[in-house]
Amino acid sequence: MQPTVAPVAALIEEFAKLPGIGPKTAQRLTFFILRSPADQARRLAEAITRVKESIIQCSTCFNITETDPCAICSNPQRDRGAICVVEEPLDVLALEKTGVFKGLYHVLHGALSPVEGIGPRDLRIDELVARVRERAGSDDAVREVILATNPNYEGDYTVAYIAPLLAQQDMKVTRLARGLPIGGDLEYADEGTLGRALEGRREV
Amino acid sequence: MPLHPRVYSTEAIVLRRTDFGEADRILTLFSPAYGKLRAIAKGSRRTTSRLAGHLEPFTRTQLLLAAGRELDIVTQAEGRERLDHLRDDVWHATGAWYVAELVDRFLEDADPHPRLYARFVHTLRLLDDGASAPATSRGWLALRHFELHLLDELGYRPALHTCAGCETPLRPEENGFSAELGGALCPACSRYAQRRMSLGAFKVLRLLQMTEWDAVPRLRLASGERNEVEGILQSVLRYHLDRELKSWAFLHAPGIEGA
Ligand SMILES: [Zn+2]
Ligand SMILES: [Zn+2]
Repeated sequence: MQPTVAPVAALIEEFAKLPGIGPKTAQRLTFFILRSPADQARRLAEAITRVKESIIQCSTCFNITETDPCAICSNPQRDRGAICVVEEPLDVLALEKTGVFKGLYHVLHGALSPVEGIGPRDLRIDELVARVRERAGSDDAVREVILATNPNYEGDYTVAYIAPLLAQQDMKVTRLARGLPIGGDLEYADEGTLGRALEGRREV
Repeated sequence: MPLHPRVYSTEAIVLRRTDFGEADRILTLFSPAYGKLRAIAKGSRRTTSRLAGHLEPFTRTQLLLAAGRELDIVTQAEGRERLDHLRDDVWHATGAWYVAELVDRFLEDADPHPRLYARFVHTLRLLDDGASAPATSRGWLALRHFELHLLDELGYRPALHTCAGCETPLRPEENGFSAELGGALCPACSRYAQRRMSLGAFKVLRLLQMTEWDAVPRLRLASGERNEVEGILQSVLRYHLDRELKSWAFLHAPGIEGA
């Protein structure tokens, strides 16, 4: 099993660092690439490089984007009075597919987890609070913050932490309806269920 | 590992879980008969998973597991008791994470501790009942009670009746404490002590160590005394674990402690 050729070993090692890929799969991928045409391998390498070079985080909502501010933040059609808070960029994709929400987003980049040591400083929570406070009283004031974290324990814990920080006059803090099956990840919810959860949101 | 059949059924509580692969989770479970064990719950991050809702942390669940090559596999899960009040109260929820982390760190795999399991469930219920009450009330005391009895169960009971240095009986006065030497120190031995222990803290620790929870009176501690008791117990826990508990810092984080 020990590959002796250094470049092969190096590629196996890199693949094995990817989430969900064990040593067996890393070997399979490596040998697939070895057998595939040179230009296919080059396209893969370029796509990986390009993603790292051109994808940044929006400085307002922290979603991943090619431009700053991102397409959603800079779209005049979006409702600036509503901010939907999610754990991951993939959740924005899932919610956009429902077509129900017309406001802006805020990506936390995770959920709080005491045992994993993921604390408030590791997430974009201060930025969210600042974003809401900054606009209070202005024409752009936020009327509603929807906390759309995953419907699981860590997601609820994150909501319990954030909601009191956001409490202020003339603003609602809501969360998705409990219609979502408990325990799952938002990105796996089907559009119908997610859309209904969004419409049936309730105040925290 | 204690031998168990290829397919076996047990009650268990999820202590922690990590995402694995596409949509799986690896669970660290605590069960009365098998102790701490690790298992994989396939597809449990999908919202369509029949397992997911029963495998949330702090849910008492009846599981059917199948022995796998590396990890056992959860084939069925049915929730028995959910502690939902915890979900809306950040301090008490953090307390639940904290006792789960203690169990996870202190226990070896497959080392059964049915009595500790019962205490763990009991403590989670206390935290759930106390949710929405101020952090300074019974919840705080329940955590200290659990810490002391966890140490007891695992053979790390700190000496609080005789001096850990010279074994003379301790008197009701200011003493010292040394996690390294294994407990309280008499005034004479206290020059080796890492810390002082006031009479108040000494009494609280002894009371909690000797008393089952139902008989623990409604103590009102001054904040200095609480810090002292907590500091002494943390020094013991850290000494045996040789590292910090991640969730402990959370209990004192701004926005959580005062919540
Ligand atoms: Zn943006
Ligand atoms: Zn002594």
